[in-house]
Amino acid sequence: MSTLQSTPAGGAASVRATGVLSLTLLHARFNLLETMRIPAALIGSLVFPGLSLLFFVVPQRTVADNPEFATQAVIALSVFALMSNALFGFGLTISANRELPWDPYLRTLPAPGVARVLGQVLSTGLLGLASIVPVIVIGGLFTAAEVSPVRLLSGLVALGLSALPFMFIGVCIGYSMSSKAAIAVVQIVMFGLAFAGGLFLPPFLFADWLDTLSMFLPSRQAREFVIWAVQGGDLQPWVWIGLLVWTAAMFALALLLFRRDEGRRFR
Amino acid sequence: MTVLARLDHVTRRFGDVVAVDDVSLDISAGSILGLLGPNGAGKSTVLSLVQGLRRPSTGRVQLFGGAPGDYRSRQRLGCTPQETALPPTLRVGEVIDFVGRHFDRPLATVALAEEFGLTELLKRQTGALSGGQKRRLSVALAFVGQPELVLLDEPTTGLDVDARRTLWDAVRRQHDRGATVVVTSHYLEEIEALAERVVVMGHGRVIADDTVSAVISQVSLRQVRLRTDQPDLVSALAGVVRRDSAEDGSYTFYAGDSDRLIGDLVRAGIPFTDLTVRGATLEEAFLALTAAPVASEADAVPEHAQMETENHR
Repeated sequence: MSTLQSTPAGGAASVRATGVLSLTLLHARFNLLETMRIPAALIGSLVFPGLSLLFFVVPQRTVADNPEFATQAVIALSVFALMSNALFGFGLTISANRELPWDPYLRTLPAPGVARVLGQVLSTGLLGLASIVPVIVIGGLFTAAEVSPVRLLSGLVALGLSALPFMFIGVCIGYSMSSKAAIAVVQIVMFGLAFAGGLFLPPFLFADWLDTLSMFLPSRQAREFVIWAVQGGDLQPWVWIGLLVWTAAMFALALLLFRRDEGRRFR
Repeated sequence: MTVLARLDHVTRRFGDVVAVDDVSLDISAGSILGLLGPNGAGKSTVLSLVQGLRRPSTGRVQLFGGAPGDYRSRQRLGCTPQETALPPTLRVGEVIDFVGRHFDRPLATVALAEEFGLTELLKRQTGALSGGQKRRLSVALAFVGQPELVLLDEPTTGLDVDARRTLWDAVRRQHDRGATVVVTSHYLEEIEALAERVVVMGHGRVIADDTVSAVISQVSLRQVRLRTDQPDLVSALAGVVRRDSAEDGSYTFYAGDSDRLIGDLVRAGIPFTDLTVRGATLEEAFLALTAAPVASEADAVPEHAQMETENHR
């Protein structure tokens, strides 16, 4: 009973607000702290997208010397960087954590599911944003890509928003399969979405059927959304409607899978 | 007495295996409740139901009057992680701080560390701790939120005698401050040292639920050891609850009244040699109580014991 509880040595028991927001920030902070303690894991996600730009775009001078194409290539690889970061960060981390006994322990703490999901969204999202810095720097230095500071900022905001569906897809993968299955599924999903979404090859090279299919994919929608935010022009309704639908559907599914989850399943 | 947690005709299945079989249990404020049973008896599954980690297949589980799956019900609940589970890159102080921030009235990290002898280790990464130190940290985490109900799952497994007593003392001090404690164990010594009430589980069912001394008297058995060519005839005598065979060819029979058993043995004319009689330890008595009847002593540990263990890896 609370009346029996004496103040502990040091008298430091304090009343603290433990709202959903502060719990979200708490989980995000400790996720990042854990990741930071293993620098090798950080370097991998920070370096890989930048290197892709350096090896696959910079040498192709027809693209690299054309401001419009070069900017779009930088955008496409930024979307790819965020997408792979989100899919790997969530899919693998969650499925691996579910197999460790620390995760069930966290689920006994008085924190709602939303706080833990959003906490991971925040921490992985911050890492994702960090991973596109090299892409933008290399793009700015070695290609004709150009952008005004205001457009750069709106592009970053657009990137962050358009990464949400990928985060939730990763969460769904993480909560629906074992870590071994998740590695395979994440790679298939990632390369499928990257190719069909026009992140490696620009969509104007696509056959008509692929172009049509592509418009239903969140990767293509994300690409167009960020290009619109950076280069202006018309924003097609299928882009933002598609992104909203993907985000809402995947968020709902992620929450459902989270609530249903009881750790590893036995059959 | 206030009921902190209640299981009402709860059954939990994993596929074909019934881990918890129609268990009804009230956990009332103020006591230390020992949950005793061999591996696979269903102890850990009962705890995971109260923690909201699993849902019952049938029946109802209540925690502070609410559903254990609702995080608000868990504000006054304290649990321990498996000691191998601590995030290895985080420091001891960081882990305590992280867990404490989930609760409305957490203990100060320094105060908790002092209570559990972790003061020197606050800056150490948990991956660098010894097994005993990890165990102390795990148990300490259950108390950081000043909970009313604390669930300790095998808190001292693998600890040496000194470390075990130190931890028991800390748990008792927390109990004196008002925490109700449920401790699972397969060490009788631990239950005797800590608990006031003991629930014995076997095969997913509650076999006994009483004070520690009452359970001890209920399961006090005598061991009759002898050599014979006809062990089945001895097993069939009145009062024999269990039979073990030793490698040297002798048999040990467990019975409530050894004098009567030997009398019956002689009257039945069953040939035997090398007779010794002694009281069964509580552990042996408890094994006899939870094991299946004499005929099927081979499969005393059901399969879901392994499943539960796997879950914790």
